[in-house]
Amino acid sequence: MTDQLEPGEVSTGTEAAATSGVLLTLAHPALERSRANRALAKAAKGLAGVTFHDLYETYPDFAIDIEAEQEKLLAHDVIALQFPLYWYSTPALLKEWFDLVWLHGFAYGIDGNALAGKRLFAACTTGGAAKAYHAHGYNRFSMDDFLRPLEQTAYLCGMVWETPFVVHGAALKNDEDLKAEAGRYKARIASLMTTPADAEMGA
Amino acid sequence: MPFLLQALVYLGAAVISVPIAKRLGLGSVLGYLIAGVLIGPFALSLVGEQTDVMKFAEFGVVILLFLIGLEVQPSTLWDMRKAIFGFGGAQVVGTSVAIAGFSMLLGLPWQTALAVGMVLAMSSTAIVLQTLDEKGLRQGPVGRAAFGILLLQDLAVIPMFALLPTLATIAPSVHAEAAGHGGGSLVAHLPTWAQGLSVLAAVGIVVGGGRYLVRPIFRFIAEARLREIFTAAALLIVVGVASIMQMVGLSPALGAFLAGVVLAESEFRRELESDIEPFRGLLLGLFFITVGAGIDLGLVARQPLVLIGLVVGLMSLKFLVMFGLARLFGAPARGAAAVATALAQGGEFAFVLLTFTVGAGVIGATLAALLTAAVAVSMALTPVAMILYERIAAMMDAAIPKVVPDTGEFDDSEPDIIIAGFGRFGQITGRLLTANGFRSTVLDSDIEQIDLLRRFGRRVHYGDATRMDLLRAAGIERARMLIVALDDREKTVELVETARKAYPDLVILARAWDRRHAYDLLANGADAVERETFESALALGTTALQKLGYRAHRAYRAASFFRRHDRKSFEELRPIWGQEEAYILASRDAAQTMDRLLATDLARLRPGDAGGAWDTASLDEELKERAERDASRREGAK
Repeated sequence: MTDQLEPGEVSTGTEAAATSGVLLTLAHPALERSRANRALAKAAKGLAGVTFHDLYETYPDFAIDIEAEQEKLLAHDVIALQFPLYWYSTPALLKEWFDLVWLHGFAYGIDGNALAGKRLFAACTTGGAAKAYHAHGYNRFSMDDFLRPLEQTAYLCGMVWETPFVVHGAALKNDEDLKAEAGRYKARIASLMTTPADAEMGA
Repeated sequence: MPFLLQALVYLGAAVISVPIAKRLGLGSVLGYLIAGVLIGPFALSLVGEQTDVMKFAEFGVVILLFLIGLEVQPSTLWDMRKAIFGFGGAQVVGTSVAIAGFSMLLGLPWQTALAVGMVLAMSSTAIVLQTLDEKGLRQGPVGRAAFGILLLQDLAVIPMFALLPTLATIAPSVHAEAAGHGGGSLVAHLPTWAQGLSVLAAVGIVVGGGRYLVRPIFRFIAEARLREIFTAAALLIVVGVASIMQMVGLSPALGAFLAGVVLAESEFRRELESDIEPFRGLLLGLFFITVGAGIDLGLVARQPLVLIGLVVGLMSLKFLVMFGLARLFGAPARGAAAVATALAQGGEFAFVLLTFTVGAGVIGATLAALLTAAVAVSMALTPVAMILYERIAAMMDAAIPKVVPDTGEFDDSEPDIIIAGFGRFGQITGRLLTANGFRSTVLDSDIEQIDLLRRFGRRVHYGDATRMDLLRAAGIERARMLIVALDDREKTVELVETARKAYPDLVILARAWDRRHAYDLLANGADAVERETFESALALGTTALQKLGYRAHRAYRAASFFRRHDRKSFEELRPIWGQEEAYILASRDAAQTMDRLLATDLARLRPGDAGGAWDTASLDEELKERAERDASRREGAK
């Protein structure tokens, strides 16, 4: 990171050889009460190549270890974020994690190329039904709109923004529906490791 | 004998014998007494006549009473009036009468018998208080009762001096005036009413002087900042008061006590205490040595049976009277026995009174010599008697096991958690768990603590948690977790070890004293430990940073850094724990590394932010550069 790189020179960087797999970063302050997030996490956790990282369990006091987190980010090709949508945004600790770890000179800025070329993927559960997240729904904006800050974060860091995975009306789903969602989720995560990035497919 | 040589003998004897006696569990008083016997004229004969030294040493008792007075607020004294006048008075009268009656049975005329009774009713303030102090009993009810009696005995000496000459049956050889105690009295020749007035005047001088004179004088001296003069002034007070009291025929010790009480509320109390304390220790030691040296071993050898009979008779009679009275005044049997044992000897007043009575023709010289020896031996036997009392008490405790400690029914047969130790630490952990709905069974071995907790409505079971049968009764087989929060390092390790061996799957958490203890516990099978002071010390440190001007969140993050680094080094050093040298080296290294890392981390803190995060300096710079670049590009475009 100390050597100055020309913008065009950066692709996957020198870390490419050592990196692999998905860093599945889960942020849920009350996971014990969330059926949907538990089901999703359980399904994805078992996959080979997935590093499961439970933020609220690791940093209950919000005292995030910046160095350790940056090392984790460097060691993975895919940064996956799984969280419930709170006030149209991420839970507080996930935001804190961005604030503390994704620093200028590391993640962005002239010298900040550490994450360039990696994929950023958001998996999100919502309380409202799908139709609420619509220009004519009571939330007035789409999920894509609400996730713009993350999308722009990916852009600023030179990352590839993957199509988000959203489970709407999570609390109302029965066990069978949840199981189906979990299956889809698992397949999606697996695909992130095998298929080329959305951007490269021209999405 | 030259002074230096004499000092050499006394100090040498004390320095050698007292630590040895203490190590053997005999206590320092017995050590001094033995030293005295050894160097006395009747054994090694390293010192000669004791009278001069004795007088000097008796001043130790005066200082002792002064120091005790300093600890007694006047209100405390008032609260003790029942103990002093009721119990104390009954003791002096009761013991005098009992001993007198017994003496009459042995064939003494009633006057002599009564005199002997009064003389022997006295106990030894110095020995009693020193012994109780060493046993840690002086502050409790036993100490208070004993002290009340001793105080009244000091008072009782005054009327005794008046009464004893009237009991004379032998033609007085020398006039009583020559005898030790009343020796300095300037008022003895005055009529009784004048004597009474002079006593009142003396007390008035002590109280008034202490109230209004001493404080300004001390303030003046304190401002001069001459420490030794302050000490000299403190000694001057004691000596002065003692002399005034002696002039009017009162006990100097009593006067010193009075002066102490008067000064107990002054701001110089602590300073007086610490200045005079060393004199008390040395002089009392000297006093005990002279008592030991005064034991006439020749007499003991010539009439051993008579002497043994006298000592045993004296001590058992005093014990019985005192025990009976204490019970009558509502003391529990154990406490009554302790007070009675402590006070069962004859006192230093007996020496003074005996000399006085011989002079007054009340008691014959041979009898007096015998009684002096008996009193001295009984004083020497007091520490032994106290040890005996403790042994018997301990044996009685052992003979009636598990009666006092009531383990309590374990009604909750399926607790989630068993908490061993419910003191300052266990209570907090336990309350957190209970508040979260977990059922816990609590064991503690401190009866007072349990009583207290039960009064607050908490269920705590009595028991030594290191006993596996008790843990089984408490339901450890079905419990998910054992929390060891004992206040005892060794017992904590022991319990973790045995519980781990018996229940390999049980989750065991333990309170650790420090790092080494923590490693020890982990090595013995604890799943997790917490150093008992770590978190609270960090919390206080955080508060300190805030008070030093940090914003709360910055202080909090600084503490978080510290915690993380410390825990990291705890894990890193774990493998080499036990290899003393390597561990010390490595931990010094680790401490340095940690300090450095901490400093690096904290150096990144800019005012208002922490640890690199929210540090926008580099971004600001980049944005500034970009703005300049844009500006120059615009310039170029124009």
